[in-house]
Amino acid sequence: MIEVEHLSKNYGATRAVQDISFRVEKGEVIGFLGPNGAGKSTTMRMLTCYISPDAGTARIAGFDITARPLEVKKRIGYLPENNPLYLDMGVIDYLKFIAALRGIPGGRVRERIRHVVDICGLSSMAAKDVGELSKGYRQRLGLAQALIHDPDVLILDEPTIGLDPHQIIEIRHLIKNIGREKTIILSSHILPEVAATCDRVLILNRGSIVGSGTPEELSALSSGGQAIVAVIRGPRDRVEAALSAIEAVVEVRHLGEDAGLQRFELLSLEADAVCERIFFAVAAGGWSLTELRRKSINLEDVFLDLTMREAS
Amino acid sequence: MRNTGVLFWKEFKSYFSSPVAYIFIIAFLVVTNWLFFRTFFLANQASLRPFFGLLPWLFLFLAPAITMRSWAEEKKLGTIEILMTLPVRPYEVVLGKFFSAFAFLALNLALTFPLVATVMLLGDPDPGPIWGGYAGACLLGGTCIAIGLFASGITENQIAAFIVAIVIGFTFLIVGENMVLYSLPSSWGPVFSYLGLGAHFQSIGRGVIDSRDIVYYFSMIGFFLLLNQMTIEGGK
Repeated sequence: MIEVEHLSKNYGATRAVQDISFRVEKGEVIGFLGPNGAGKSTTMRMLTCYISPDAGTARIAGFDITARPLEVKKRIGYLPENNPLYLDMGVIDYLKFIAALRGIPGGRVRERIRHVVDICGLSSMAAKDVGELSKGYRQRLGLAQALIHDPDVLILDEPTIGLDPHQIIEIRHLIKNIGREKTIILSSHILPEVAATCDRVLILNRGSIVGSGTPEELSALSSGGQAIVAVIRGPRDRVEAALSAIEAVVEVRHLGEDAGLQRFELLSLEADAVCERIFFAVAAGGWSLTELRRKSINLEDVFLDLTMREAS
Repeated sequence: MRNTGVLFWKEFKSYFSSPVAYIFIIAFLVVTNWLFFRTFFLANQASLRPFFGLLPWLFLFLAPAITMRSWAEEKKLGTIEILMTLPVRPYEVVLGKFFSAFAFLALNLALTFPLVATVMLLGDPDPGPIWGGYAGACLLGGTCIAIGLFASGITENQIAAFIVAIVIGFTFLIVGENMVLYSLPSSWGPVFSYLGLGAHFQSIGRGVIDSRDIVYYFSMIGFFLLLNQMTIEGGK
């Protein structure tokens, strides 16, 4: 549904997006995760044809974003960052305006408006002006606007930013429901956000993709006691080699040395078995184990880790 | 063109969504009527010429006041991102904004009909210059609107848009004035006098519709609308 190839964009000397490539299949919900300034919004703006890329291209439903922008725009529903709205219009007037410019035939406008007002839970606000709505309802209106022409692709830039926890849960629920039929790209700098709504996560930092996977894969690498800290007295290289040889260990990292004590962190998919194996490996080597504990890592750590590594 | 129509109505209605529009209309009518009637009875002539003489100077300030919001507000609110990611062509948006601002100006102009009625009632003026004056006012107003739209498109600050539009409008207004023409080498004279906004207005105002004047105004409008579209698209 979406194919992105070597997309790049510079703002003056700042490289906002550098050589990004990825694919999104029909019906997938993809999350862009990254700190502020990672290039999430810039990528989305290029996909929606708001800005043009400096290099590379993308195809949405087979249409090239630079060659056929009008066809691309027809197939996308877009909620820009900060959800801009015309505050002086009525809720229904605004939806009518968008529907007209979306080319929805006059006879279907009422039905479409009723539909999006319904699924976005806006019925009680229909008679109000946009400026009178609370932030949560404005966000719903932004979503309703993006959905009105029943697009194949939805691009949502930080759909839950600035909402209270109750509203966040409602909007997430809404996105999940919509996501059953549509291809969605959404962005966030909050991890639980993407973990809760997305099939797949792309982690962006400084304009590049630094990691990707399903939320389960990312948390499998890390969460719920899957990381083990071991402090061992012994020669560093031999201990490290022995630890790396242990079955089911994904990664061994040397964290530091303190008076002959080597501190290691191991990432593993089977923490229980690995703890035992570390004990036997250390015993077999004739070294001593002064500390062995599980560290609970969550997605936050993966995220920080991936983005920090890039920075250093 | 359908999109231009949709944008036209949305913009036109938005002028009336705040009291500013009504205040604007009232202010315009009070000022024009006051300036007109101040000298009308003294001059004792049933003619609208003094009114049309005032118009270029009034439009210099009025047109930017109408257009300053058009793009600057969209940029400030960020709604331009919604607008430009809808399946519409940039020129359709530019035209929609132009025609709605122009329609608002034309509405103001139409509300000056009591002046025409007064003059008709008190005397027997030649209708040619009156119709010519209104036609010229529409062309001149359209040009000022196009300049104002361009100015609004280069900034997100309404006040800056207002001032830039006045500066551009003022420049085009005075280059055709005699005071400026005398100070220039004589070979430049015809060029500058052709470029001036006012001279064409006066010649149409005499009731003489000359194709050169029409071509001038239409090319000015086209030029600034094209510049407007280019700055909006160039922001990418």
